[in-house]
Amino acid sequence: MTEARTTEPGAPRPLLRASGLRKAFGAVQACDGVELEIAPGELRAVIGPNGAGKTTLISLLAGELKPDAGQIVFDGADITALAAPARAQAGLARSYQITSLFPRFTALENALLAVQARAGHAFRFWRPAAGDPALIEPARAALARVGLEARAEVPVAALAHGEQRQLEIALALATRPRLLLLDEPTAGMSREETQAMVALLSGLKREVTIVLIEHDMDAVFALADSITVLVYGRPIATDRPEAIRKDAEVRAAYLGEEDGGDDRPARQEAP
Amino acid sequence: MQRSDLAALIGLLAFALFPALAWAGGLLWAVDLASRMLIYGLAALALNLILGYGGLVSFGHAAFVGAGAYVVGILSFHSFMGGGFLGLPGSGSGFLVFPLAMLVSGLLALAIGALSLKTSGLYFIMITLAFAQMIYYLFISLPDYGGEDGLSLWARSDFGPLDIGNDVVFFYLCLGLVLAFTLLKRRLVGARFGWTLMGLRDNPRRMQALGTAGFRYQLAAFTLSGAVAGLAGALLANQTEFVSPSFLSWHLSGELLVIVILGGIGTLYGPLAGAVAFLLLEFLLREVTEHWQLFLGPILILVVLYARRGLWGLVEGRRRD
Repeated sequence: MTEARTTEPGAPRPLLRASGLRKAFGAVQACDGVELEIAPGELRAVIGPNGAGKTTLISLLAGELKPDAGQIVFDGADITALAAPARAQAGLARSYQITSLFPRFTALENALLAVQARAGHAFRFWRPAAGDPALIEPARAALARVGLEARAEVPVAALAHGEQRQLEIALALATRPRLLLLDEPTAGMSREETQAMVALLSGLKREVTIVLIEHDMDAVFALADSITVLVYGRPIATDRPEAIRKDAEVRAAYLGEEDGGDDRPARQEAP
Repeated sequence: MQRSDLAALIGLLAFALFPALAWAGGLLWAVDLASRMLIYGLAALALNLILGYGGLVSFGHAAFVGAGAYVVGILSFHSFMGGGFLGLPGSGSGFLVFPLAMLVSGLLALAIGALSLKTSGLYFIMITLAFAQMIYYLFISLPDYGGEDGLSLWARSDFGPLDIGNDVVFFYLCLGLVLAFTLLKRRLVGARFGWTLMGLRDNPRRMQALGTAGFRYQLAAFTLSGAVAGLAGALLANQTEFVSPSFLSWHLSGELLVIVILGGIGTLYGPLAGAVAFLLLEFLLREVTEHWQLFLGPILILVVLYARRGLWGLVEGRRRD
């Protein structure tokens, strides 16, 4: 069983390292000693059955939850004690499995809020935000990055589900992150929308380091450089996609032994 | 927005000409009522900054109105009776007591906000109410300043050449201050500060995840809101030439909430429309019956049911949400 791959000498310092991460909700150990090392530029998929603690892990990394134990080091700095806003300022951005936008605003205004949040202090009382090129241009760029530039003026409530999911990514991108934590970007999407999302994410690959939680195995195997399998809050394997596909323990725990020798794993549905 | 601004401009014009019209119609006494509308409107505009744009339901804004009123009342008292308050000599100068009223109310809001904003939702409502009631009982227990009976002003504040003892001059002072704050708020909510407030109102979790530490912006808005409510309190003390603990009571906090809801939560000019409608209804219904609140209730229910963005929502017409 391969533990989190240790950095070889001469290899770049990991962008993110989590060690001994624990989080319990009452009697449920949602995160049970997670070790994670993400190299700069890699796309790491985290898979696991429902209730394996994947979203908890993202929330711990993003600072929305405080771990019971463990340490998170981002780009060489210990960020364990930092709250979510400070981590976002440091270059961590997350997306949500359940779309989390600003429904009263248009797509562009949503991106604008994200750009502005990243720009730091908002104690600017006079100049109209909506006409500020320092905000508008990066906001438009973020929309263009996810293919929503033509829908910029549309209120969020009028966007299709797939478009809202794209905007979800755009908000995270608008903060110019160095590490993107994506929580099931294809949740609730149709086949076509999922393919478009996979294309979008492969375009982002290399540009930004990504930790991807995903239930759609086709998407995972199409995108991931490496895969971590999480079961009961504990990583049981981290390896290249081909190796994970062959790993017997993984198959037993997650991919579903009942599929027999079938190469194509059963598609898990989001709860 | 165009339509809304146009309606506001017409409203401003109507107010600006009101004393002349009232004089022509022999209704000069109504100028006093109009001043009261502007004062309540100013307090409601202040409340709307945090209620409408910040999504923070403060049920204790009377504390800031009352504190502002008492600053004027107490300093006026000492300027005539001698002595001082906490080493501060009395003064009747409006140029001094008005900014001081804003400062005191602002600081009070800073302190109350710093503690209250650690909570949210129902707890925020209750804690702001609790703080306001504390201030209320504090002033009731000060016999030097009239206790429960309140304190009469010897004279309206002295603004040098501007004699606000004259009701018409006082009316224009109120109008000027309301206009100034409306314009300020208009810029404020359109600037980054306002966007941040609205973002925190609509999706605080996402705002945090995007890098906004919300507390400081909400506290800044709460403080500003308190300071302007204090200014309204200073005006109210001058209008009634009287300061009483009722300015600090939860009734006033509730009335301000009702005015904002009636006028339109989160609209720029709605709170002013709400204040005009509320005080006009109160005035008219009071003529008919002493149980005027019995009739005000159903009217409010109708507005809440059929005009979700309040009276100003009707003026603005359909909007995107």
